[in-house]
Amino acid sequence: MLLDVRDLRVEFRTRDGVAHAVNGVNLSVDAGETLAVLGESGSGKSVTAQAVMGILDSPPGRVTGGEILFKGRDLLGLKEEERRRIRGAEMAMIFQDALSSLNPVLTVGAQLAEMFTVHRGMSRKDARARAVELMDRVRIPAARERVDDYPHQFSGGMRQRIMIAMAMALEPSLIIADEPTTALDVTVQAQVMDLLAELQRELDMGLVLITHDLGVVADVADRIAVMYAGRIVESAPVHDLYKAPAHPYTRGLLASIPRLDQKGRELYAIKGLPPSLTDIPPGCPFNPRCPMVRDTPCRTEVPPLFEVAADRGSACFFWEECLHG
Amino acid sequence: MGRYVIRRLLQMIPVFVGATLLIFLMVNVMGDPVAGLCGDKECDPATAAQLRREFGLDKPVWQQYLTYMGNVFTGDFGTAFNGQKVTELMSTAFPVTIRLTVVAVLFEIVVGIALGVVTGLRRGRPVDTAVLVLTLVVISVPTFVTGLLLQLLLGVQWSWIRPSVSAEAPFGELIVPGLVLASVSLAYVTRLTRTSIAENRRADYVRTAIAKGLPRRRVVTRHLLRNSLIPVVTFIGTDVGALMGGAIVTERIFNIHGVGFQLYQGILRQNTQTVVGFVTVLVLVFLVANLLVDLLYAVLDPRIRYA
Repeated sequence: MLLDVRDLRVEFRTRDGVAHAVNGVNLSVDAGETLAVLGESGSGKSVTAQAVMGILDSPPGRVTGGEILFKGRDLLGLKEEERRRIRGAEMAMIFQDALSSLNPVLTVGAQLAEMFTVHRGMSRKDARARAVELMDRVRIPAARERVDDYPHQFSGGMRQRIMIAMAMALEPSLIIADEPTTALDVTVQAQVMDLLAELQRELDMGLVLITHDLGVVADVADRIAVMYAGRIVESAPVHDLYKAPAHPYTRGLLASIPRLDQKGRELYAIKGLPPSLTDIPPGCPFNPRCPMVRDTPCRTEVPPLFEVAADRGSACFFWEECLHG
Repeated sequence: MGRYVIRRLLQMIPVFVGATLLIFLMVNVMGDPVAGLCGDKECDPATAAQLRREFGLDKPVWQQYLTYMGNVFTGDFGTAFNGQKVTELMSTAFPVTIRLTVVAVLFEIVVGIALGVVTGLRRGRPVDTAVLVLTLVVISVPTFVTGLLLQLLLGVQWSWIRPSVSAEAPFGELIVPGLVLASVSLAYVTRLTRTSIAENRRADYVRTAIAKGLPRRRVVTRHLLRNSLIPVVTFIGTDVGALMGGAIVTERIFNIHGVGFQLYQGILRQNTQTVVGFVTVLVLVFLVANLLVDLLYAVLDPRIRYA
């Protein structure tokens, strides 16, 4: 197993109290596998990714429990300097908004070359040559001429390609992509996703794809983990989940995708709002919004992740009903 | 970029003419320049008229201005009433003030930015609060109080420095005066850097730099600082002009014979030529400093490109 996150817990200490952003998350990714982490904003998906990368804003963020096993080593037990050497070299991250995520005052060439000079001790000249190669590889036209351009001189799709190039630079074994296509046009989205999937196959990397877009997930992911209020509520191979969700939240998400054959009808929406992370309701965190809720045990006990099938889990007491209903 | 510079240089002309005309008129309204020439006694009317003719003071003011400006552009700033050429005064005063300004700006850059970075990265911690209170004190206390106090303590009580600077004004003797001159700006630079660093610290590109596995030092210097210094550079650049002309108080306290000192003497003795000459040069310094700041801005932030 490439990455194995066990019972991860992350808290943020804020003025309004302690926000429980991640509450016992289990995830695993193999080499060559794509895991989609699906959830609304505030569900803890980005915080989980940041905890794995070791780039949580701390304070106020803090990992309070669990293990992050990467190639068998628990990252949480490593010194900061050891984690830094892993970051960028063995696991890399792609962010949502490439314009704000790239340094506006440095050329893209300098930002790419930096990976080689810092992690590999290469000379500036060699690093620059590698930067051009990378830009070629992510299919940026006229890479040699554009290596000294600044981020704002590129289009949104090209900028995201540069982010991808930067993540790929040292051929890491794991890439975490945090909503990599959210800020892009739909046509560009597909190109960027294809590029990412192609490079993943080539390098046999594990890919964690964080998204709230069910459309993106269906095309590229092998497995899906659905997050709600800092917990995994359902985890399944992608086709099983689409065919028959085993959690009412997942079912709600699937039902709210607009469909052409329902044109003119009102879109389905899950009623209510996600809970505040400083004040998660007792019992199942989804119970105030759940159409299948029952007073017991939903409002009193936190459901564990029940095994629905081999390789499939649901954190709902009534998953069988959900699956067949 | 070339066109932008030319446009800016052209824009400088009306500003220059306006500022110098204003100072020329003000000095002329100030009083009869001839009056001061005969010592405490009043001038004999015949002598006064003779002097006026000699200096061209009997002509209309606009004509005087044109003659003066014409001379300035050939490098002739006129003669003070004591017979000393104004250019001669400048050649002794400006090097001294430039040295003082260099010391002051170095303090602003080194101490101000360093404190700003440290406090910006540790916002809300004890270091931050302590430095913040200190800057507030420095900003609130007038320069002459800080200057006199340091002169008294370091120069007179403890004899660490010479209480007054010698005529040659070497760098070594200008350290404390430079610190006094810089003090208020230093406090502003600290606060400006602190705010800028604290703001940019949570920026997405800083997070990217960390996610790339760059050492903390490199994240701060190469990624965070470069972006945060843009407003600070602007401030320091404009401050150079202000420091050059605004050293009057500091130069008086430490008896430094620089620009401020000469201006003070010139105003006191109604020495029109000296005052107008020095102010003209200061106006130029200010304009050039501002232009350089604007150009530096484009170097620091490539998103700004002048057409």
